[in-house]
Amino acid sequence: MKPAPFRYADPRSLEEALDVLAADPGAKVLAGGQSLLPLLAMRLAAPATLVDVNRVPGLDTVEVTGDGVRVGALVRHARLLHDDTAAGVQPLLARATANVAHPAIRNRGTTVGSIAHADPSGEMTSVLALTGGSVTVATPEGRSTVGWQDLFVGPLETSIAGPAVVVDAFFPALPERSGTAFAEIARRKGDYAVCGAGVVVTLDADRRVSAVRASYISVGLVPEVHDLTEAVAGKPVDGADWAAAGALARTLVDPDTDIHASADYRRLLVGVLTERTLTDAAREAAERTAA
Amino acid sequence: MTTKLFGEPVRRREDARLIIGKGRYLDDIGAGALAAAFVRSPHAHARITDVDVEAALDVEGLVAIYTYEDLTGPMAEPLPVLIPHPQLHAPRTGYALANGMVNHVGEPVVMVVATDRYLAEDAAERIVVTYEELPVVVGVDAAREARAVVHEDIPDNVAARHHQETGDVEPTLAASPHTLSFTQYIERSACMPLEGKGVHARWDPDDASLRVHSSTQASTSVRAAIAAKLELSLDRVEVVAPDVGGGFGVKIVHPWPEELLVPMAAIRLGHEVKWAEDRREHFISSAHERQQRQEITVGYDDDGRITALDVHVWHDNGAYTPYGIIVPIVTATQLVGPYALPVYRVVVESVYTNTVIVTPYRGAGRPQGCYAMERTMDRVADALGLDRAEVRRRNLITPDQFPYDHHLTFQDGRPVIYDSGDYPGLLDKLVALVGWDEAAALRADAQARGKLLGVGMALYVEGTGPGPYEGGHVQVLGSGKVLVSTGLTSQGQGHETVFAQIVASELGVSMDDVEVHTGDTRRFGYAVGTFASRAAVMSGNAVALAARGVREKAIRIAAEVLEANPEDLEIDEGLVQVKGTPGASIPLRTVAVLSNPLRYAFDEAAKQATQFAGPGDDSKPPVAPGDAPGLEHRDYYSPIRSTFASGAHAAVVEIDPQTWEIDVVRYAVVHDCGNVVNPMIVEGQVHGGVAQGVGGALYERMAYDADGQLQNASFMDFLMPYASEVPDVVIDHQETPSPLNPLGIKGAGEAGVIPGTAAIASAIEDATGRRIASMPISPTELYDLMRDETAERTAASQQTSLQTGVPA
Ligand SMILES: Cc1cc2nc3c(=O)[nH]c(=O)nc-3n(C[C@H](O)[C@H](O)[C@H](O)COP(=O)(O)OP(=O)(O)OC[C@H]3O[C@@H](n4cnc5c(N)ncnc54)[C@H](O)[C@@H]3O)c2cc1C
Repeated sequence: MKPAPFRYADPRSLEEALDVLAADPGAKVLAGGQSLLPLLAMRLAAPATLVDVNRVPGLDTVEVTGDGVRVGALVRHARLLHDDTAAGVQPLLARATANVAHPAIRNRGTTVGSIAHADPSGEMTSVLALTGGSVTVATPEGRSTVGWQDLFVGPLETSIAGPAVVVDAFFPALPERSGTAFAEIARRKGDYAVCGAGVVVTLDADRRVSAVRASYISVGLVPEVHDLTEAVAGKPVDGADWAAAGALARTLVDPDTDIHASADYRRLLVGVLTERTLTDAAREAAERTAA
Repeated sequence: MTTKLFGEPVRRREDARLIIGKGRYLDDIGAGALAAAFVRSPHAHARITDVDVEAALDVEGLVAIYTYEDLTGPMAEPLPVLIPHPQLHAPRTGYALANGMVNHVGEPVVMVVATDRYLAEDAAERIVVTYEELPVVVGVDAAREARAVVHEDIPDNVAARHHQETGDVEPTLAASPHTLSFTQYIERSACMPLEGKGVHARWDPDDASLRVHSSTQASTSVRAAIAAKLELSLDRVEVVAPDVGGGFGVKIVHPWPEELLVPMAAIRLGHEVKWAEDRREHFISSAHERQQRQEITVGYDDDGRITALDVHVWHDNGAYTPYGIIVPIVTATQLVGPYALPVYRVVVESVYTNTVIVTPYRGAGRPQGCYAMERTMDRVADALGLDRAEVRRRNLITPDQFPYDHHLTFQDGRPVIYDSGDYPGLLDKLVALVGWDEAAALRADAQARGKLLGVGMALYVEGTGPGPYEGGHVQVLGSGKVLVSTGLTSQGQGHETVFAQIVASELGVSMDDVEVHTGDTRRFGYAVGTFASRAAVMSGNAVALAARGVREKAIRIAAEVLEANPEDLEIDEGLVQVKGTPGASIPLRTVAVLSNPLRYAFDEAAKQATQFAGPGDDSKPPVAPGDAPGLEHRDYYSPIRSTFASGAHAAVVEIDPQTWEIDVVRYAVVHDCGNVVNPMIVEGQVHGGVAQGVGGALYERMAYDADGQLQNASFMDFLMPYASEVPDVVIDHQETPSPLNPLGIKGAGEAGVIPGTAAIASAIEDATGRRIASMPISPTELYDLMRDETAERTAASQQTSLQTGVPA
């Protein structure tokens, strides 16, 4: 469990980082190292060069505006967990990061790194999808924005190719008259979820359900957003049948079996967690909607 | 006596050192050593057709590569069968490096030595071994069916057939008012010490001597094994167990291949060599335990009294049997627990599989035995509609029946005779502690919160402190410091504290003056090791006897100088004094100086002693015949047989009927290990044991696939419970002293883990009304069980209309 030989670079600017990445097709970005270093130690990955971006200035900011929250590449999960301003605009950030691993890992692991890693068991990939977010990618050619739909290609696989650094992730603000909730079930506290669910419920001005969206963790190969509106559309928020939405969700997902849970069990949990989170999210949406 | 420390909750003196990083573990030793790494088999069963090291040769820093071809003499022979047994009719062991065959994933094939571990792994990665794969046997059922075989010449895969019976089972069963038969399973788990194994060896060519550090539970035996295998004289080999970061059984096995290969390389290369096992290696090349299939038939009367018990166990011993059949024998003999069984028959068939070897893991076969017996009690109670506690009570051995002879033969070849105990007392305390009789109210409360609640209990008796012996040496220095040494090793249990308490109490000195050393063959050459809950019983009594020897000598010398009667002397706070006569005293340290007739006045202590030194008797030699210079004594404790500790656990579980998550909300332990040396340490042992019990019941398993690949060989997927998964444990003590040893103590090391699986299975069954016949159980498995229309329901669930709806 010792990594194969690699070169190490710790550039002091984004340009320098991109130069090193461009010079070596076998180079990989190193952020918090909480996913990459275990892969190296187990020799499941053997990048020729590690480009440690921790000393690149300007990547450690959280920008909160009315439109949403822009999270820099060096922002650790722990910071989002405790950022009340960011949570005020997009409550899912704090709610989801609370479920990422343990404090020691949240103190090092970055939210952007988690998204770049594209693990369908990661909370923040799913939150990016559910909020309709995007990432900013810097390459030697310049910067571009990649929406979540175009980002996730497969498990641990994104569409980003060639020399590139994801400089930030943008999570749009929670829409008006909306509420969110996030919940997951893990075998042990802090483990990757056996199944997790994040939901957004939006009401119309009459406090009737107008939109319901959900995204699941450890279900499927890439993060997806499921529209559950039809199960409860137009229902008054107090009278909506959230169990029906859970039942609908169960028919939409296609989970896998692994050593911790069967596909059937995950489907069961999708239903239960959908109902539970929607109940909470609806309460929040109602609170945020003037009677 | 004011220096009474025995029985006090003295804080562990080793903790400060260990917690602030001042421990000295194996990998802290030998910073300049060469590093070893291993090429291990990626296949569960294969013939090796070629080993090609060519590509590794140009790795910079490579020092040596060893394959089986490089082994000579005894090293080229199979590893020893440590504990042969007549009923182990087909023992098999591997080689230090595979000799043409591999029988499990992880078996060592090639050893690489390089200037550091990174480079050793780089070289190992480039070595190409060609295998011809063979059919694989995984799991006890596949072994039993024997459609494929592990060892070509053992067509039924059976290594041993162990059989004991105490009467005529068949006629007794036939005459029993009721009988029940069932089959149940228990899975593999493993010790998982946070520090893996590790070996460091240094050869001194001028002195022709070898010093080995090993993260072992048995340094004296590792020493003997190295001497034998490397053809060295015993006096040229020293083995030291440094601080050891947990063992739980896996480090009692010896010699591990690496314990021989690392010293071999150190000698051949003339340079220190070290190997520190990594986590993946530990998963696939150390040892596991616990998988069994148990076929049980029980006869009983209308009151739930057992008339006969007939058990057939299929025990998975993995690929080899270096540790003999200790684990299955322990299952067979400890299964009977605290119960008086009129007739008992047990057959254990120990079978080979293409998986990691099975050797003792804390509990060592007892959790399985307890699971068999206690689940039998639950079934009998359910069939008769009786309270589970009541059925147990009716079958318990009563306090007036001791010593109680089960007419069985224990793992150490001695009879299973329980020395003392009060099992009804344990049960009464448990029922009160957990609130057994209020279960209905708890259940109703949980139901109101949408949860299913169940309670379960399990009782056990544990044979602890088996022989053959353990020794202790106690020496008082002129400084007043008391050196205590025992050859038995320590893995963090608190031996430094407990042995110091015992010696301080026996000798009448302050604990601060006592220094304890364990597991170092340079200090103590004869020892057995730390396993089978034996350290306190064996070494505890040995150091007590040694301290008593020192005390006697000290009093003899002091009596002469004080011109007092030895019977009138006592030792307290390090002062030998005439009882009731203040002033007539001499410090123990001065006695130590006087004990040696050669006294140069190097220091104050020697100068002070002169005032006491008489002119001497010219007609006698300075050291009398039969006497020895120095205030020291060495003694051994060798018990007639094991002493039997006991306990009772109860678990309360809550289950979410939507997600089938299982939460242990209360866990109660009543524990009897005889006289308690240090209740805080005993409770710590119980807590750790319960954590492993919960792990074994709800989280841990070895997920082998059909090809013999271990799919969860990391701490990410092998779910050892975190502190967050371990319930708070409430403990009540009962003290039934052992009549067998001077201190009246019984072992406490393994107890906490034994009943966990049985008690939790019982609680889940109580909560769900579904028969639990396979452990551990996870939420996904419980879900499958709940929606299986054919799953067996308990009689109790049908009577009480237990509602456990499963969503469609
Ligand atoms: C024990 C344990 C438990 C964990 N549990 C969870 C959990 O429950 N949920 C969860 O979501 N995660 C979990 N993680 C992973 C953790 O969240 C990681 O921090 C995260 O997945 C990756 O972030 P990182 O900064 O550590 O990235 P790194 O490990 O440094 O990198 C991960 C990958 O992303 C790439 N990368 C990183 N940053 C960038 C960038 N700015 N631009 C381009 N590529 C980049 C790297 O090249 C690498 O391929 C756990 C980790 C551990 C060790």
